Amino acid sequence: MNTILQHLVVLPILVPLLCGAAMLFMPEANRTTRVVLALASVLTQLLIAIALLYLTSDAAHFIWPEGVGVYAIGAWKAPFGIVLVVDRLSAVMLTLVAIVSVTTLTYAVARWDRPGQPFHSLFQLLIMGLNGAFLTGDLFNLFVFFEVLLAASYGLLLRGTGAERIKYGMHYIAVNLVGSLLFLIGVALIYGVAGTLNMADLAGRAAALPREDRALFDAGAAILGVAFLVKAGSWPLNFWLPGAYSIAQAPVASIFALMTKVGLYAILRVGTLLGEDETLAAALLYLGLATLVSATIAILAAKHLARLVSFSVLVSMGILLAAFGLRIQSLTGPIIFYMIVSVLTTSTFFMLTGMTDRTRITDPPVMPQDAPAAAAPVYMSYGVKKPSVFHDDGEVGIAIPATMAFLGLAFVCCALLIVGLPPLPGFIAKFALLSGALREAADGSRVAGWTFSIAVLLSGFASLIALSRVGMRLFWSVAARSTPRLRVLEAAPVAVLVLLCLALGVAADPVARYLDATARSLHQPDTYVRTVLAARAHPDAGDAP
Amino acid sequence: MEIVYAAVIGVLAGSGVWLILRPRTFQVLLGLMLLSYAINLFIFGMGRLAQHKPPLLVGGDPVDPALYADPVPQALVLTAIVIGFATTALFLVVLLALRGQTGTDHVDGQEPAE
Repeated sequence: MNTILQHLVVLPILVPLLCGAAMLFMPEANRTTRVVLALASVLTQLLIAIALLYLTSDAAHFIWPEGVGVYAIGAWKAPFGIVLVVDRLSAVMLTLVAIVSVTTLTYAVARWDRPGQPFHSLFQLLIMGLNGAFLTGDLFNLFVFFEVLLAASYGLLLRGTGAERIKYGMHYIAVNLVGSLLFLIGVALIYGVAGTLNMADLAGRAAALPREDRALFDAGAAILGVAFLVKAGSWPLNFWLPGAYSIAQAPVASIFALMTKVGLYAILRVGTLLGEDETLAAALLYLGLATLVSATIAILAAKHLARLVSFSVLVSMGILLAAFGLRIQSLTGPIIFYMIVSVLTTSTFFMLTGMTDRTRITDPPVMPQDAPAAAAPVYMSYGVKKPSVFHDDGEVGIAIPATMAFLGLAFVCCALLIVGLPPLPGFIAKFALLSGALREAADGSRVAGWTFSIAVLLSGFASLIALSRVGMRLFWSVAARSTPRLRVLEAAPVAVLVLLCLALGVAADPVARYLDATARSLHQPDTYVRTVLAARAHPDAGDAP
Repeated sequence: MEIVYAAVIGVLAGSGVWLILRPRTFQVLLGLMLLSYAINLFIFGMGRLAQHKPPLLVGGDPVDPALYADPVPQALVLTAIVIGFATTALFLVVLLALRGQTGTDHVDGQEPAE
């Protein structure tokens, strides 16, 4: 039994890879098979992720007593071969990926996967890259998985037509290519100095570096950090993000809500393993605050819902980065909790955007910046009757009378989650962050703690204003409007995610306890390092591909 | 040798960065390519420059590692080259699509207002 369970670690990478590859060779007409295969793949991953979540917890000691599972690919031992490592943080991230991909895929099947370019293979490869980035224990392998998920995301982002989309897609590609090059510089410097790329091995060697090599190593780590910050959407490296996210099709944007968190995960993982540095932490704090402030101002100025949600992604990234930069260990649990809530929320919100905004496909969705008196076109772009491609495709749903009520309710829930008002878990997450920041900031970092708290509260207030404004326009505007047609397949994922958020609020205590344990193990990397380096290659691990 | 090698990397990276900051898409593409060449050389250099040292062990006898070059950076470079090549090709396609859609090769899809 245990030998089979050991192989669970590699499955989140293998399953989407095999499914995605198989779908490449299916004829275009074979849509049903592809949909079934894709759904089977993400559901399997959800089961695997939940199993891993259980196996790394304290409840299950029989397989990985320390809560860290190591899988040596090709049975090569740790510092030389590439290992996959699953610990609590990885398991949490995998589960998050699985949940978002199940809902997003269901949503996409309703109509978005139809036209043109292969949707399902790219989607599977994107998930493979995400899972791999969360599992790998090797820096260069992390780069490879970043490239896998970015390559898939380029394809997904460019789905659809329109010069606007290609323009922002190109900005996205260019920025991420430069980010990848920075990543390579950092990796090369670290390898040149430390002679290893295995993260666990690196943790030991970084501490033992001679003084003269230390500067080069820190430079490498800082460049690597910049690469991560590009992915994480930190100011001033985030000007590509709102454009790219708001022109992406709704399900694509919905899964993209996860991608900024990969950068954050990398910072958490590498940052805690290499030991926290005071200067770098201060830089994170100020960059996070700058991200938070700039995104808050932008939220107030945003007229289009998709752009507004994109900026709220940035707001959440700012809060997360700044909170991590405060260097309060007890804050890491709430950071992960807030990250989960914000991923679920923004993902839901992007799906809502696709439903309230039926004109997205036919029009370039982003308003020209210099449009004179933007008020009228803004009204028009929300739900006002316009010729739409969807009315002709023969697959439209019935115009449910309760559609607007459902959309409105979902919108209110999402808004409450983003702003952080009770009773939804957005409130709990922000409250935990603020109380942690204020309680622990008793000594020298008191100013930082207060600045952080005030910035978070103000950004919440600004989001409230902006969201109410857009919400009133969307749901209460007197302009004549056709009720958007909605299919159950589109509505169900939104409902599921909102209910999941509610459940997260109800079960906040056990979840927070699990996440606190996650944070503790993250801040004591000794266990991770010891387990990875001591892991014997499993006897039959060589059978795995 | 190190001086020449470092100078080559510096020139390539400098030209690459300058080109990336230019407003025309083709210049950006060339800049990305030059920058990735510089970084590939840099990764290779991080394995230490040496002459007459093979990266592969010959025979099964215990050997002196000092006689051999570090094979890991060479493997890394190979991976980086492949990935860089693929993404550059993709960027080229997007560049052409933008040119076709907007009729201009400016990165913003429109000529800047005078």
